[in-house]
Amino acid sequence: MNQDNIAINVQRAVKRYGTFTALKEISLSIYDNEFFTLLGPSGCGKTTLLRMIAGFEDVTEGAIQLFGQEIETLPPNKRPVNTVFQNYALFPHMSILDNVAFGLEMLGRSKSEARAKAGEMLELVQLSQFAKRKPSQLSGGQQQRVALARALAPQPKVLLLDEPLSALDLKLRKAMQIELKHLQRETGITFIFVTHDQEEALTMSDRIAVMSAGELQQLGSPRDIYEAPRNMFVADFIGETNLLEVSVDDIQNGRATCHLGGGHELTCNEVQGIGVGAKVHMSLRPERLFISEAAKETASLRGKVVENIFVGTDISTIVDLADGPNFIVRTSNSDRGNKRIFEPGSDVFVNMELGAARLLVD
Amino acid sequence: MAAGAASGGSATTDTYREARTWLLLPSWLILAGLSLIPVCLMLIYSFLTKEFRGGVIWDFSLAAYDQFFFDRGLFGDDPAQIEWTYIAIFWRSIWQASAATLLSLAIGFPTAYFIATRPERNRAIWVFLITIPYWVNLLIRTVSMKFLLRDQGPLNDMLIGIGLIDTPIHIVNTNFAVQLGLFYSYLPFMVLPIYAAVERYNFSLSEAAADLYASKFTTLRRILLPAVKPGVVAGCILVFVPSLGSFLAPDLLGGAKNFMIGSLIEEQFKGNAGNWPFGAAASMILLTIVLILLLIFARQQARAEKEAH
Ligand SMILES: Nc1ncnc2c1ncn2[C@@H]1O[C@H](COP(=O)(O)OP(=O)(O)OP(=O)(O)O)[C@@H](O)[C@H]1O
Ligand SMILES: [Mg+2]
Repeated sequence: MNQDNIAINVQRAVKRYGTFTALKEISLSIYDNEFFTLLGPSGCGKTTLLRMIAGFEDVTEGAIQLFGQEIETLPPNKRPVNTVFQNYALFPHMSILDNVAFGLEMLGRSKSEARAKAGEMLELVQLSQFAKRKPSQLSGGQQQRVALARALAPQPKVLLLDEPLSALDLKLRKAMQIELKHLQRETGITFIFVTHDQEEALTMSDRIAVMSAGELQQLGSPRDIYEAPRNMFVADFIGETNLLEVSVDDIQNGRATCHLGGGHELTCNEVQGIGVGAKVHMSLRPERLFISEAAKETASLRGKVVENIFVGTDISTIVDLADGPNFIVRTSNSDRGNKRIFEPGSDVFVNMELGAARLLVD
Repeated sequence: MAAGAASGGSATTDTYREARTWLLLPSWLILAGLSLIPVCLMLIYSFLTKEFRGGVIWDFSLAAYDQFFFDRGLFGDDPAQIEWTYIAIFWRSIWQASAATLLSLAIGFPTAYFIATRPERNRAIWVFLITIPYWVNLLIRTVSMKFLLRDQGPLNDMLIGIGLIDTPIHIVNTNFAVQLGLFYSYLPFMVLPIYAAVERYNFSLSEAAADLYASKFTTLRRILLPAVKPGVVAGCILVFVPSLGSFLAPDLLGGAKNFMIGSLIEEQFKGNAGNWPFGAAASMILLTIVLILLLIFARQQARAEKEAH
């Protein structure tokens, strides 16, 4: 990722459909060669933003620049941008090969050259044997991979991917994730990747923009977003977390002491903008908690084990705090040697590393 | 078409088959009663002997076809020569119908596209507006058209008025007038099927084409047209076939010179001067030509389809 060179600059962009505002003053810059992800729940405006960049929706207010050039001056077919459409939009009367070759042909390559290159792209998405078929003769996941190959073939400067892996099974999706990431590094194409799968976003992106209801909630690296969520929405949407209502009792030396119902007390790092007496939410990631039989010095909360849930790599333990809310604690299965799994009904203490708790602005 | 084939293929159980037979019976009856039987009657009449005051004598005869294709002189005893009169009329008719079809396509396609791309709630109104003129009887519409196109009619008056021309253009009694008349008679048959096809078209395909650097024109040619082709083909057939057999527009707008098949056939059944077997034979020949043209077209479609694979 090349921070000196901005590929796409969105400045206070607003999109309204009649009286409905789909995007509310979005501002963000996407760097050249960056793997940039738009993450957010359904209907939050991800596709709308992509369509504005691709040129299929006009910008109601604000501006978008593509490599420094005002985007309104470029019709869609003149933008060095290709799109993997959420609904694929494959040409039904053309073979798979011709679909993939279309963009190259339009760029003036000879038919044979375009087809040869299209063949390579089909190999990449593992669909060579279907080159002669029509799109309707493929499964949903296969069609999705054709859409991907078609958008990649002309080697655009910017690739817009609208949930390009959503129809694939887990194994194929993981393989394609690696393939895409690899391809992005190799070709230097700027990827703008839309997903509502937060794990996919975390593993693939250089930076993530978390959106909700047409607003940008947080923009940052996967680590930032995961470990330092700025608000409730981000903490809740990214990963699993325990959200607790707390009041801040005291702040000293950058440490805030808070209490939650039932007389439990917790210490965590201070957050700008949250002062003594504030009633706010606190996020505690389940994997940063652990359970013990006896109280430890670092914030221990007394409770009773309700249930253990096996989730493959981890075991989630639900602990009911005495006079407090339920907690989820995750124990990695690979750690089982060191950490005990307590039977339901056991009296236990929930402990945390220092700095595991984070206060959130609402 | 694909859906029909699929449901036909899945008809495996006996009850399903039985139900299908009974449910299709009304359609078969209508097809037989309104299409097959009349055609058979016409075929039979074309091989009968003519009665001089209209009607037929039930004697087998090839005279009608002979009269159509061969000239045996005034008394029928000269050596047979090809009779060009009727072939020329047929040829002119095909030509006129083709021109009218192209004209309808040129005007009808943009119209249909325009309607199909209006907001959904307005489309019905546009379709309604297109069909309103067709509530008026065809005869009245065609006569009115003649008045409009006359040398001293409103069209010429207007063109002279705005200074585009000095002397009236003669439109009435030309081939072009007939083409205009046919075009106007059958325009909705072109607009409606194309409209239906464009309305079903997935416009995100056009977006995808633009995204892949295709110009507007290329998108139209390579993406939209192939997708709506069934509608275009249906529209062309629906205009061409009735144009070919039409007699009102050629009679009223074309004058005696621009006689078409329809008029020729019409005359054979009018009053006492007619010749029923000859009219039936001409109709059969017309039917055959249309069938052959459609078959050639279908074959070509199939071949093009195969090549695209
Ligand atoms: N043409 C339109 N007219 C009116 N409202 C629209 C239109 N297109 C989208 N919207 C609205 O704008 C909002 C954002 O839609 P968008 O398609 O961008 O969502 P998304 O984030 O891509 O969701 P998903 O994850 O489900 O694809 C939605 O509430 C949607 O209903
Ligand atoms: Mg979307």
